[in-house]
Amino acid sequence: MELDPLILSRIQFAFVVCFHAIFPVFTIGLASTIAGFEALHFKTGNPVWLKLSKFWIQVFAVVFGIGVVSGIVMSFQFGTNWSNFSYATANFLGPVLSYEVLTAFFLEASFLGVLLFGRDKVPQGVHLFAAIMVATGTFISSFWILAANSLMQTPDGLEMINGMYVVRSWTDALFTASFGYRFMHMGLASFLTAALVVAGVSAWFILQKRELEANRKALSVSLWFLLILAPAQTIVGDYHGLNTLKHQPTKVAAMEGNWETQTGVPLLLFAIPDQEAQTNHFEIAIPKLASLILTHDWDGEVPGLKEVAVEEQPPVFVVFWSFRIMVGLGLLMIVFALWGLVLRPGGRYHQTPLFLNGLRLMSLSPFIAVLAGWVVTETGRAPWLIYGQMTHAQGLTPSLTGGMALFTLIGYIVVYSLVFSAGIYYLLKVFRGGLEKANAPHEMDEIERPTRPFSAAHAAIDEEV
Amino acid sequence: MEQTFDLTIIWAGLIGFGLMMYVLMDGFDLGQGILFPFAPNEKARDTMMNSVAPIWDGNETWLVLGGAGLLAAFPLVYSVFLPALYIGVFLLLAGLIFRGIAFEFRFKANKSKHLWSWSFAVGSTVASFAQGAVVGAYIQGFETEGFVYSGGALDWLTPFTVITGLGLVAGYALLGSTWLILKTEGELQEWAYKITPRLLGALLAVFVIVSIYTPFIDETVKNRWFENISIIWVLPALVAYCAFVVIRSVQKKQEGMPFVATMGIFLFSYLALIASKWPYIVPPKFTIWDAASAYNSQLFLLLGFLFVIPIILGYTSWTYWVFRGKVKEGGYH
Repeated sequence: MELDPLILSRIQFAFVVCFHAIFPVFTIGLASTIAGFEALHFKTGNPVWLKLSKFWIQVFAVVFGIGVVSGIVMSFQFGTNWSNFSYATANFLGPVLSYEVLTAFFLEASFLGVLLFGRDKVPQGVHLFAAIMVATGTFISSFWILAANSLMQTPDGLEMINGMYVVRSWTDALFTASFGYRFMHMGLASFLTAALVVAGVSAWFILQKRELEANRKALSVSLWFLLILAPAQTIVGDYHGLNTLKHQPTKVAAMEGNWETQTGVPLLLFAIPDQEAQTNHFEIAIPKLASLILTHDWDGEVPGLKEVAVEEQPPVFVVFWSFRIMVGLGLLMIVFALWGLVLRPGGRYHQTPLFLNGLRLMSLSPFIAVLAGWVVTETGRAPWLIYGQMTHAQGLTPSLTGGMALFTLIGYIVVYSLVFSAGIYYLLKVFRGGLEKANAPHEMDEIERPTRPFSAAHAAIDEEV
Repeated sequence: MEQTFDLTIIWAGLIGFGLMMYVLMDGFDLGQGILFPFAPNEKARDTMMNSVAPIWDGNETWLVLGGAGLLAAFPLVYSVFLPALYIGVFLLLAGLIFRGIAFEFRFKANKSKHLWSWSFAVGSTVASFAQGAVVGAYIQGFETEGFVYSGGALDWLTPFTVITGLGLVAGYALLGSTWLILKTEGELQEWAYKITPRLLGALLAVFVIVSIYTPFIDETVKNRWFENISIIWVLPALVAYCAFVVIRSVQKKQEGMPFVATMGIFLFSYLALIASKWPYIVPPKFTIWDAASAYNSQLFLLLGFLFVIPIILGYTSWTYWVFRGKVKEGGYH
């Protein structure tokens, strides 16, 4: 069989980017959560907030550390596998990605050290300020990344001259038509991730009857946040979808499994899209609902997949089902938010084992939802790398052979499995240590290494000899 | 936009500076990994790792900054080097990841400590070799069509690049051993004194091979060095002088001078390489101006760099200051 470097490169990129994405999506929300705990401690002086903050700072340190390492690999992917794309877009992508790196380094070199290691060395107000700056910095980092991605979805502000895009307007190129929606959607997703992980881990501690007072407070706060964030995400997601309908109608058609341009489009709950036959099998549908959602009119017209040639259609099955996974999990989050509200009177939310065990499982849901969402938007753009302008095939490195791509694909899978399973294993140790370990005075025989995030955590990675 | 002054030169200076910073600083901590399996004992290994633990990832900052800066300022370098060195780049990244994670976990490990030691040693050596091979590949030049790399997957791997790869492994090990002379004492320092001259010998042997070979494969280089006899001959002379200083200072058991002189060897041979190739950044066809990005993109990013680089430099110096002095058993005190 002939190995196709295009498919292999896409799989490789999807693999490394999915692996990478789960870390920043968590740290962005968690940084704000920590800033919140610090602020509450600053304001109320209640030591439970301090306990919580100390524990979650350790978690943050480890997740941030892994995210930085996997991010380094990302920054080379563009050049190794997508050199034509990199070269063509370098005038825009180069500065934007560099600014992301500068933001991250600036953060690491300044406020992160104070947040992780400076608690006893600087005044409390300065420490709080550092926490807020780290939270702000994570958002600035995501700004650059999402601006780069949005340009690939809804290109603007560039002009092609001699095979290279030149930036005509930095404002237009950074703030493209889809940027605001994407930024809001991703920001909310990060907050939701932090809220659900904090809720799930707190629920787990409560089930074990550990540090009840602090963990109940954390659970309570994260449930309030969930109650606001989960419905808000639905609304933002809807607007994001409308924006996509306007600029990338084919993507929305794939999300809805809608082949023909028609009015009164039904909302498909279940279907097996068949790209070859250009139709769906086993449809279960609610009449006219998709038209209502997308056009805010029962009989609104929605463009179908057949508007474009078959070669210009994205893989419908993947987009269709990833979208359903994302939305399904989003709805489940709302269910849990409402369930928490119902259990609120009398503090039953921290006494109902079924609810607490459900929350434990739900702590994985935001990660799956975020990855599914990215699969929708990235696969839904196929075959375009830059929408309407450059296809994946055109962006690929011309000298790349299938064998080379397969070699590194297997290589990255092996490296990531070995190294990052160690990281995640270690993270679970930090979780098991809990608030107790994070607040215990640790032995000082180990040198403090203020440049290294992991040093903030004190668990051992394996058993004592 | 009106081009008031040549940003390409400024960017070449910035990237060149960043690269030199990277080689000097990550060089000695990669060197610890290369020397790791040969260290006299386990206690010595702990001390070696502790001596660079607080600073190594600040050192690697320069690599990432250089990589991102290249895409922004010299996209052609990025889009030719990375495809041409495809497998090598993977080895470099895998090596850096393994050794990076070893730093995190070796200190936290009990039973699994030897696994992290190997991860550190192999990762460091592979990453160093890959970097040396990149230098060799740069000297060799790249096959291009239009603005696109058109060579094969393993064109970068030739006897010549294997030699440059091994040369950089020896060079980083030398930086590592002279760093140990500076930062440690007792048995480990004795050992470092002992191996330093051998490592220097290996490095100089590679320099001789490269210096003889390069003018033969590259007419431009030959002309530059042999047609117009010029000031640039002072650079290899300085390299030789620094090598002499290393040997003499090791014999006199000086502690700081071997490391300083080794940095001198790196600095002057780096300048000699630039003098050979200037202004070609993607040899044999493309100069820095061919490879440059648009003026407004260079300007846009320059503002950020000029803001952040002083902060990184300040932060780096502060860390080195905090961790000055000898490293004892169990770390800095």
